Formats: sequence, C-alpha cells, structure tokens
Amino acid sequence: MSGLNTLTLAEARDGLRARDFTAVELTEACLGAIDAGRALNAVVHATPDIARAQAIAADARIAGGDAPAMCGLPLGIKDLFCTKGVPSQAASNILRGFKPEYESTVTAKLFGAGAVMLGKLNMDEFAMGSSNETSCYGNAVNPWKVDDRLLTPGGSSGGSAAAVAADLCLAATGTDTGGSIRQPAALTGIVGIKPTYGRVSRWGIVAFASSLDQAGPMTKTVRDAAIFLGAMAGHDPQDSTSADIPVPDFEAMCTGDIRGRVIGIPREYRMEGMPAEIDALWDKGVAMLRDAGAVIRDISLPHTKYALPAYYVIAPAEASSNLARYDGVRFGHRAKLAQGDGITDMYEKTRAEGFGAEVQRRIMVGTYVLSAGFYDAYYNRARRVRALIKRDFDLAFADGVDAILTPATPSAAFGLGEMASADPVEMYLNDVFTVTVNLAGLPGISVPAGLDAQGLPLGLQLIGRPWDEGGLLNVAYALERAAGFVAKPAQWW
Amino acid sequence: MSGIDIDTARKVAHLARIRVAPEALPKLAEQLSGILAFMEQLNAVDVTGVEPMTSVTPMRLKRRADVVTDGDRQAAVLANAPDAREGFFAVPKVVE
Repeated sequence: MSGLNTLTLAEARDGLRARDFTAVELTEACLGAIDAGRALNAVVHATPDIARAQAIAADARIAGGDAPAMCGLPLGIKDLFCTKGVPSQAASNILRGFKPEYESTVTAKLFGAGAVMLGKLNMDEFAMGSSNETSCYGNAVNPWKVDDRLLTPGGSSGGSAAAVAADLCLAATGTDTGGSIRQPAALTGIVGIKPTYGRVSRWGIVAFASSLDQAGPMTKTVRDAAIFLGAMAGHDPQDSTSADIPVPDFEAMCTGDIRGRVIGIPREYRMEGMPAEIDALWDKGVAMLRDAGAVIRDISLPHTKYALPAYYVIAPAEASSNLARYDGVRFGHRAKLAQGDGITDMYEKTRAEGFGAEVQRRIMVGTYVLSAGFYDAYYNRARRVRALIKRDFDLAFADGVDAILTPATPSAAFGLGEMASADPVEMYLNDVFTVTVNLAGLPGISVPAGLDAQGLPLGLQLIGRPWDEGGLLNVAYALERAAGFVAKPAQWW
Repeated sequence: MSGIDIDTARKVAHLARIRVAPEALPKLAEQLSGILAFMEQLNAVDVTGVEPMTSVTPMRLKRRADVVTDGDRQAAVLANAPDAREGFFAVPKVVE
C-alpha cells in the first residue's frame, strides 16, 4: 500500500480499528518516506527496528481489541527527548554518543499507548534557535519551496515541522520555550500547540529554560493535536511542576461551535514594520471567527513589547544553570587533554568544543546576568516584567476574554543562510508573537491559515486561558475549518 | 549598565567555564554588548512594587514521604561516562 504516510492521526486510528490496513503497513509507508526524504535532513537517528517491533506489538493489541488512542500510529520524536538506548543529544556535539538509560515520561506514555517511534528528529542545538541552523546535524530543510532557495522550517523544532509537513511521519513531538513549536508549525503549514506550563511532564526532556519549557504535539490537523495532547498530558510525580489536575477528552471538545466565545484582539501585536500580508491574514482570521459566531473584542496587553528582552534575560539565565551539567564528567563529550591539564582545563576545553556558538553565547549572557552586581539589574528586573506580562493576560481573561488571536510569526519561511550575517538579536525577533505565551505560562496554538504571495504558508496563533487547552483547541478547530487550508508542498525531494 | 569590554568578556567566559581564544574575545564582547543593549529596554518599565515572578502557575509544590525510592544503579549511572574506573567517574588529578 502506498500513501498511508499521508494520513492524519485520526484517519489512521480509524483505519487501523476498521482493519483497513495494519500498523506494520502504516509504519513501512513512513519508513519508506523517511528514506526518500533524506534531503530534508529532518530525521537524524532513524529507528526502523524499534518501529517495526512496536508496529507488530500494536497490531497484536488492535487484534485483541485493546487499542488506546495512539496505538499503531508512527511518530517522530524530537532529539530533545531522552529515549532509552537511542541517541538523544539535543542536536549538540556535547552529547555525542549519549544513549540514555531511561525513557522520558512523554515517550513512555506514548509507547504505553501503543505509539510507534520512527526516529529522532532534527532541531536547533539545545532548542536555542529559530531556524534549525544551530544543529550539530546540519540544517533541517523546509519541504515548502518557491524557487531554487532552500528555506528554513523554523526552529527549534524544525525537524519535527519538516517531517510532519512532508508526511515522513503522521505527527511529531516538539518542545516550546519561546515559540519552538508554534513558529516552525506556522512556517511549514502544520498545527502545533504549546500546552499550559505544567500540563505535560518535563521529566526526561533535556532542559533549556525550566520555567518556560513545555512539550507539545506537532500535527497535520487540530483534531490530531487534541488526540496527541491527550496522550502526552497528565500528572507526573517525577516533575515537581507537573499539575495534578485531570486531563479532559480534548478531541470531544472540538465541536467547532464557538458561538458567543469572546476573542480578544491585542492592539500591541500590530507591530510597526509588520508585512502587510501578515496584517491582512490576521484581519481575515478575525472575520472568520466572527462569522463562526464569536464575539470579537479589542484588548490591550500593554507590556507586550518588553516580552522579548525579558525572555532573553530569563531564558539564558536558566540555560546557563541547566547547561552547567555538561562538564565532560558524567556523559557526552570530553575534550582531549594536554599533559598537565587540570580539571578546569577539562571543563573549559570540553565546553568550548562541545557547544556551538549560539549556545555558548546564551550561556555567557546567562552567566553575566546572574553574576554578582548584575543579578538585580537584569535578572530580577526581567522577572518583575514577566509578572507584569502575565498580569496583562490575567486582566484580559478576568474581563471575559476566552481566547486571543494574533499572528504566529512576523514573516513566512526565509532562506537557510540568509540570517547568517545578522546580529543575534535579529534572529530573536522571530519569537516576537510567541514568547509572551511562555512567559505567562499559557497554552498557545498555531493554525495554518493561508499562503503568502509567493505561495508559502502562514499561521495564526490562538492563546488560551490556563488549563483551557480544550476550549482553545475548539476555537482553533473552528478557525481551521473556516480557513480551509489544504495546500501541501510539492514533492521535490 | 553599558557595554561589555574585552576584560569582562574574558571573565564571563571563565565563569561559564568555556575556553575562548584571545583573538575571539573582541567579537564576543561586541555580540554580548549588543544583546545587553537589547535587554536595557527593560529599564523603561515601572516595576515599583512588583515582586519578581517565582512560579508562573500558582501551585504548591507536592511533598512526598522522605524515603529512598531509587538506587542500586551504579552501572547505569556510569554507562555514559567518558571515563569511569572501579565504579567511579574519573577526572584529571585535582590539586589545589
């Protein structure tokens, strides 16, 4: 059978249960697509043996009538997740050769639900980047293409986005610290949701900035995101910030009925110099939600413009602390030492060799803002501003707003290498619409909503109330139906 | 709070335990200065009376009984070590 790799999770689940095809056939279709899709550099450690064994087990479960949500569905796993016995190196040379002795909570839950792992996916090193150009594996490539340039799939979950958009897998895990699920989803025409902070366990996911990191699904449709999120979410005693609250049936909440829902349109997201196309798409999104019966309300989130600078204090500060563990002692790379080198030489050489330029920069920025004399001026000030950014959202929600509609990214996908000579800060601007959501701990989803004049996908972002992923997915479902985005990249690879 | 000079860049690199070649320090200082300049927008915000955020979702951290729940995994703990000997992580001689 061919073409099974193009199915959505919902279609594949239903097809497996109806015995239209087997999990083994579905898995083989994806493995074939991965082989044919090497030019995208999305899959960096394929795991066909594991996939085939899991598919056989899934078929047995389905035959036995025991088929949980994800049973037999082939997924890609971002390289940031620790998977037992399988390379998990956060796209960094410092973790070259690292094979975890344990399984992350998310992948353990997915495998427990019968999911199939096709392989580990490319990403920016330690999830630090917005274009998948900081990876030790080289760039992941966007399957969308309009001329002879290769385009970025976005970052940091660029491999996940490229793999899903190119039908190498049915869906993939991503992680989002400042927009790393939503921005690549928008740039590749797929759906990506960052759940409320605490909804999904962080245990076994290589840490970047612990107060901002959340894992979430990257899928072809909103319904798939609901199915997948249900399988990832839930309380985990191994993550002290994991919330002990029930996980509702997200899929059942996707009815598309949003009559009377109040959608906030924040005026501060209309940025100076924003491309007219992004503005027009946003207006179109407003009209679609209004037509679906939602109440549109202009709102103000006055501290929005301070979100990026606050983020670029807080995230590097936490990263400098989290990444202190890569010291050449317990795992990963250790530099070759010269005669007479002491332990400090070992640390310094190991970290200089193992970390790429952007990771080094962020560790040093974090070290600086946490150092004596600057802690108050930078780090504590940023945490105060963060409290204000969250308060902006709290006030809007207290005022009756159910969800907030914004653009997902300031532009469509750009060419790989085009930002090479840019200032690091210019790359940071990619996160301008997404980073507020991480700072406030809210759920946010990117939904493909149209194509730009060149024919590249653009996304809209919806932001929800804390723990209301169900309501958020429902608004996203209504938006998806109204937008009717069905375009797929033409296969050139 | 202004730019980072070459001496500061060298100090920060050492605090971060990342070896930076002397010839790479000027460029590093310039990039770090650019990032810090970007952060200085935060000085425009009135944060009087605002507490620094400690937890984004108001939650009381769970407690559990103070008992051993894990252990006896020496081989697994050492499995990924670049250098392990006789059940220990091995590092260069430390003489202070």
